[in-house]
Amino acid sequence: MSMTPRKDLLDIASLTIEEIEFVLANAVPFKDLFKRSVKKVPTLKGQTVLTLFYEPSTRTRSSFEVAANRLSADVTHFDIESSSVVKGESVLDTVETLESMRVDYIVVRHKQSGTPSLIAKNTRASVINAGDGWHAHPTQALLDAFTLREKFKDLRGARALIVGDIQHSRVARSTSLIFRRLGMNVAYLAPGSMMPRETPQEVKLFGNWTDALDWKPDVVYLLRVQSERLDEPFFPTAAEYHRNYGLTDARVQILRERGLYLMHPGPVNRGVEITDTGMNYEKSLINQQVENGIAVRMSVLYWLKPGAA
Amino acid sequence: MTQPPDKIRQLLDAAGVARCLDDMAAQIDERWKQEPRIALVGVYRRGVPFARTLAERLRARGREVDFGKIDITQYRDDLQTMAVVPKLEGSELGFDLEDAVVILCDEVIYTARTSRAALDELLDFGRPRCVQFAVLVDRSGRELPLQPDYVGIRVDLPTEERVSVRFQDGDGWDEVFVRPWPQNQAQA
Repeated sequence: MSMTPRKDLLDIASLTIEEIEFVLANAVPFKDLFKRSVKKVPTLKGQTVLTLFYEPSTRTRSSFEVAANRLSADVTHFDIESSSVVKGESVLDTVETLESMRVDYIVVRHKQSGTPSLIAKNTRASVINAGDGWHAHPTQALLDAFTLREKFKDLRGARALIVGDIQHSRVARSTSLIFRRLGMNVAYLAPGSMMPRETPQEVKLFGNWTDALDWKPDVVYLLRVQSERLDEPFFPTAAEYHRNYGLTDARVQILRERGLYLMHPGPVNRGVEITDTGMNYEKSLINQQVENGIAVRMSVLYWLKPGAA
Repeated sequence: MTQPPDKIRQLLDAAGVARCLDDMAAQIDERWKQEPRIALVGVYRRGVPFARTLAERLRARGREVDFGKIDITQYRDDLQTMAVVPKLEGSELGFDLEDAVVILCDEVIYTARTSRAALDELLDFGRPRCVQFAVLVDRSGRELPLQPDYVGIRVDLPTEERVSVRFQDGDGWDEVFVRPWPQNQAQA
């Protein structure tokens, strides 16, 4: 019925299944608010949420900002580009500054895995990991699970095929983990250079679409291919990637014939992992993922408490 | 029906609850006799069966009644001090609030903090023409200046006691009784 609050949300692995279910269940009434004339509730009135993004991100940051605004929190963005961080201030010096500002929630993204955890240990504020290196992106995983829950009453036994640069993707790590913890079967489709060297035993691995689709997935989850990585040695070119691993128009047709759902964490590279046809696919859940991201992040902010254990 | 072991004394038995509901339905009917439609909105949790039961009585008198329920958790003023985070039940108004006559229903009014939250939440759904407040039990001890328009019974109790209400709809029997507050739990 009720749940003990946590201070931080750092990854999916450290959550209990009851906590995952609690966050997902509460996201439903938060999403219902979006249909009201006033889309805002006073739940976090007087609390301050600060977004601290060491890596550029428009979508995740705005999603957290909209979520915090709809909970009536005061939202501030700590602008790294124009701050003393570029002049060499360490992460912990920045945290000390924020601690003095008495912010209650810090939403952090950093290219270094483990930075949110380091910050969490050094502040009273609740810390939410909005993506750290290749490690974790827990709110993305929660919103993905929430989005699928709207389509499948029971996720147990449903099959998700995750396609793309698994090795360098925190989304793949967190989303694959939450899917499996909720009882789904997960498979990866990736070129060898993008496949992690170690994968959980229960995850099926595929090197081509034909075999992957023969596995009969219910949902195809495309990852964003980081274009700066393409054309590196050992990585395919954009055209090669698209031909061999992208969701080509022909493959969209197969998805349509089989009634498969399509997901993508955004932003997309049109012409690489997806095409205009794929973006307009009628069973694409990409826009729902964006809308649900706000509801799930509201639910996370509602659950976490600064100063909790 | 499972009787709570900590019951101190009964305030209303099933017949008493029925009498209160009949009287309140009659008062609401009389007050709004010119109004083609009224809406009853229950405040989660036992305000919901209370509103539903009242709505049935009004319909039995030939009234058109809309029904909704609201969970005020997101509007509580004590969330930051609570030891646990409540699960949200969600609010549902299945009718158009614009220009509606709404009667908010809660089983007990005490400090009026819940009523304040319920009123705030209701007004975020839209702009009703009029809002009134119905309670089965009006317990003295107001901390905010809100008073109910329709009351079943009024009671004055020592602070260490609380009023509990049970409804046939959900609990399996109708009763109002007094029991102690649970140990180590803030008054809600």
